[in-house]
Amino acid sequence: MQSYLEYLDQHGSRFLDGTLITIQQTIIAGLLAIAISLVVGLMKLSSHKVIRWPAIGYIEFFRGTSLLVQLYWIFFVLPLFGITFEKFTAGFIAVGLNLGAYGAELVRGSIQSVPRGQYEAALALNMSPYKRMKRIIFPQALLIMLPPWGNLLIELLKGTALVSLIAVADLMFEAKQINGSTFLSAESFGTALIIYYLMARLVISPAMRAFEKYWAKKMGRFANHA
Amino acid sequence: MNEPDFPIKLESGAPMVRFAKVRKSYGELTVLDDLDFDVQKNEIVSIIGPSGSGKTTVLRMLMTLEQIDHGVIYVDGEPLTHMGKNGKLVRANNRYVRSMRSKIGMVFQHFNLFPHMTALQNCMEAPVQVLGMSKQEASDRSEELLQMVGLEDKIHQHPARLSGGQQQRVAIARALAMRPEILLFDEVTSALDPEVIGEVLGVIRQLAAEHNLTMIMVTHQMGFAREISDRVCFFYDGKIEEQGSPTKLFDNPENERTRQFLSAVLDAG
Repeated sequence: MQSYLEYLDQHGSRFLDGTLITIQQTIIAGLLAIAISLVVGLMKLSSHKVIRWPAIGYIEFFRGTSLLVQLYWIFFVLPLFGITFEKFTAGFIAVGLNLGAYGAELVRGSIQSVPRGQYEAALALNMSPYKRMKRIIFPQALLIMLPPWGNLLIELLKGTALVSLIAVADLMFEAKQINGSTFLSAESFGTALIIYYLMARLVISPAMRAFEKYWAKKMGRFANHA
Repeated sequence: MNEPDFPIKLESGAPMVRFAKVRKSYGELTVLDDLDFDVQKNEIVSIIGPSGSGKTTVLRMLMTLEQIDHGVIYVDGEPLTHMGKNGKLVRANNRYVRSMRSKIGMVFQHFNLFPHMTALQNCMEAPVQVLGMSKQEASDRSEELLQMVGLEDKIHQHPARLSGGQQQRVAIARALAMRPEILLFDEVTSALDPEVIGEVLGVIRQLAAEHNLTMIMVTHQMGFAREISDRVCFFYDGKIEEQGSPTKLFDNPENERTRQFLSAVLDAG
């Protein structure tokens, strides 16, 4: 125990730096994934093939291939076609694009699980397609999709560890570096493990649960107990 | 779709609703078979018939929830989902359909209230979002309507806290808030417990008495259909098999199928 405290004292600041990068990667990739999910999820519901098919292709590609390979493509292969990203940017783009494909399916599925009668009632009230979605369907779909989104964001956090492989100095990268210089593998990767777990358990989960609760209340879901 | 045989506009004095040779099939199944069906302004028409006879499809097509395979529906003399182009009727664009749809309102079997909104918000939603009414005005009118259906003490409740009968009354108020000229009732008491059917029928009866609304109801409530309808239509196999005044249809049905249907439902209930 004594020696672990010494270890932390010596390397703690590097773990902290790495954690901050991981948090940045998670937030930016998360926002990207959410934006992509909404756009691609709605596109997949379109009745026009021209809109639907690119969405299907996108989802198939990014869910069907490995995140690590996608990351390498974006960082090492795209420059051959003249598209060059900084490693930090390449990192969150790869993670965001990948998780966005999973999120798109969540968005599509939850919108489809809103009862059809809601759509019909909104149509009968002559609401425009945009207002039907915004005012009636999406608020209800959000309630359905929030719990799986919590899981997905935790997946995303863990997925950001791969950006260490293109030398983004995130938590995983720092853990490897410290391990390389100290050979204290249990301490190095154990600390990383714990920090990932705490971020998922103490930040993402409670935040998502709070949002779920807030939304459910806003939606009158708990009106019976009010 | 090209409909060369149908006029682009009906002459003045046309009925409020006209189905002209309307056909609808789902795959092999023909639900409406070249249906001709007129409803006059302010007329109250009940549609009865066995399940699968196309009753509900008539309402759903009028509400533009289903597309027409063939034929034309006219509302107030104008085609509902077609428009004239070079002297021919072609499928209308969304903007035109929306302008036509504003004349029609519908009350559904399963209410379909918006669960995330209070009774008042349910009624205000479309006037504010679609008609651009101010929130104050929409709220005042919605309150009036909810009072009319006897729910003045429930206006701030969410649907989950209301009984089926109360929910259906909110749904009626919500439809009325858009000031439709035609109101469609699709088996509005079928999902209700027997003890609350009366309160919903009471509201419809009140609307009928005011008589400034064209109403088309699909119903299994034979007694009620008889009481408030100007005309009752018996549907069978996607066609009107027999129609007439309630007295004629219920007391002296001419058609054998009508007789069989009536004796079956009247025995059962």
